Amino acid sequence: MSHEKVETNVGLLAILVILVISIGGLVEIVPLFFLKETTEPVKGLKPYTALQLEGRDVYIREGCYLCHSQMIRPFRAETERYGHYSVAGEFVYDHPFQWGSKRTGPDLARVGGRYSDDWHRVHLTNPRLVVPESNMPGFPWLEENKLTGESTPDKLKAMRTLGVPYTDEDIAGATAAVKDKTEMDAIIAYLQVLGTSIKAGR
Amino acid sequence: MSGNWSLYIIILTVVNILGCFWIIRWTAKKKTAEEAKQGDTTGHTWDGDLQEFNNPLPRWWLWLFYITIVFAGIYLALYPGLGDYAGKWEWDQESQYKQEMAAADKKYGPLYAAYAEKPIEQLAKDKKAMASGQRLFLNYCATCHGSDAGGAIGFPNLSDKDWLYGGSGDQIKTSILDGRVGAMPALGAGLTPERLDAITAYVLKLSGREADAKQVEVGKAVYSELACFACHGQDGKGNATNGFPNLTDNVWLYGGSPGQIKETLQKGRMGNMPAHREFLGEQKAHLLAAYVYSLSN
Ligand code: HEC
Ligand code: HEC
Ligand code: HEC
Repeated sequence: MSHEKVETNVGLLAILVILVISIGGLVEIVPLFFLKETTEPVKGLKPYTALQLEGRDVYIREGCYLCHSQMIRPFRAETERYGHYSVAGEFVYDHPFQWGSKRTGPDLARVGGRYSDDWHRVHLTNPRLVVPESNMPGFPWLEENKLTGESTPDKLKAMRTLGVPYTDEDIAGATAAVKDKTEMDAIIAYLQVLGTSIKAGR
Repeated sequence: MSGNWSLYIIILTVVNILGCFWIIRWTAKKKTAEEAKQGDTTGHTWDGDLQEFNNPLPRWWLWLFYITIVFAGIYLALYPGLGDYAGKWEWDQESQYKQEMAAADKKYGPLYAAYAEKPIEQLAKDKKAMASGQRLFLNYCATCHGSDAGGAIGFPNLSDKDWLYGGSGDQIKTSILDGRVGAMPALGAGLTPERLDAITAYVLKLSGREADAKQVEVGKAVYSELACFACHGQDGKGNATNGFPNLTDNVWLYGGSPGQIKETLQKGRMGNMPAHREFLGEQKAHLLAAYVYSLSN
């Protein structure tokens, strides 16, 4: 075979290119979909409650992931600040996961329980009220926006399709669980559960 | 990793590397007699005279390819990469992390142990220890209490001598390790606006500020009626170890304007200092307590 054959045959060229560039993914990514370490939840991991799940959607909508990662790497400098490093089994109910890659602010993977609800409320409304040096934007509208819970059952169902073990009762009660709560309540509920399935100490 | 996946990874990786080697050899092979006949071009011609040359890769470039292949071989022999094979050096990130922690413990462990032996009040005078203490404070506490420990609304100032739960070294350490919750009940619906104004006036008066004398009179009665004294004391001086704030010192956790005081009374307050025992451990809390103590002593 001479390279003329490849260069003048677009179909063959495309197939060969795809083959070459997919090897990395086939070796490094595909096995992870099937390994126990990455597909089994860590002990004590619970699916998000309806309210936490709504909070997670607010987190995504507001783009918190643009400044905050949720992935503590196994380095001392990180575990001293944030607690135990993250493990794959903590994220099996996260669709999609919020690992992120940008840290304008601190990592939030284990922020659950670190602060009081009141602190989050003040901080999210205007961070400078508690951290004068902060350059995080305020999100005061979260306190005003009320959840209706209309689409919450559908969200739980979608998660169930992806393998999150929600029961029929969870789904039936989802609307009632979030109705008339504010988006602030929801996002705080979400933040307060982050990383709590593993003990936070190092 | 199950054996099958391991094998799958090994085969793909090895075949891929061998494939690269083969492609390099193949493109770098000597010209056949027929190709040599065509001269240095491939024989492709575009636009009349635009020709494609068929020169071999420059040597240095070719060698870069060989070097990456050799690198891959050495890497896969030493480090994990071939499925289950752990590599000659048996490196993995968990043991690297453990090593890093062990090295740090060796370096800082004795330091913390020595600090832990000293009483907090004494440790607070140790300049070097306080430098570390400040670092810890900025890391773990400044978000709530401020980087100067000056506090914010709802988050107490730790640099003054006004304490909710006591200012001795051990009391501060307990605050840090076990956390604190201060519950001021909401009076909300039980209060008519007039009575709210009156009790607010009384609280203002307690802290030594001007207030309408008539309202203060009524407010004083409300103070007894609603049993504020049960927590804040008859004289309003509170209890500086149980978390009941002194209302007479004009130092405010939630702000001392009439509006803020009204909000406190109507909605109640629930200050919450999270417990740090599990997260920080005894020794760091000891050092932090000394740092906090040093701020006002
Ligand atoms: C422009 C970047 C930016 C965005 C967007 C942002 N943050 Fe932050 N965040 C920061 C910075 C910087 C800090 C550190 C200073 C501070 O505490 O305010 C921080 C701190 C925090 C902390 C305290 C973490 C800790 O361990 O101290 C929390 C919780 C937090 N942010 C939540 C959020 C949430 C929830 C959102 C989305 C609604 C969000 N942030 C959006 C920049 C950002
Ligand atoms: C059950 C005990 C209790 C009772 C009864 C009580 N308080 Fe309080 N009060 C507290 C506590 C505890 C705090 C501090 C709350 C915190 O730390 O978050 C507080 C806080 C306050 C503050 C805010 C102090 C500051 O520094 O900002 C005011 C003002 C106050 N109380 C007034 C009153 C008045 C007036 C009454 C009676 C109507 C009353 N309290 C009844 C426990 C009580
Ligand atoms: C979530 C925010 C938050 C964080 C983080 C926090 N604190 Fe506090 N802390 C509080 C609040 C709120 C109170 C007051 C509790 C109350 O109102 O009863 C308090 C009270 C205290 C007190 C008692 C003050 C007194 O007057 O008796 C001490 C001491 C203290 N904190 C030290 C620390 C130290 C040291 C750290 C860092 C390890 C820390 N705190 C981290 C919120 C926080």
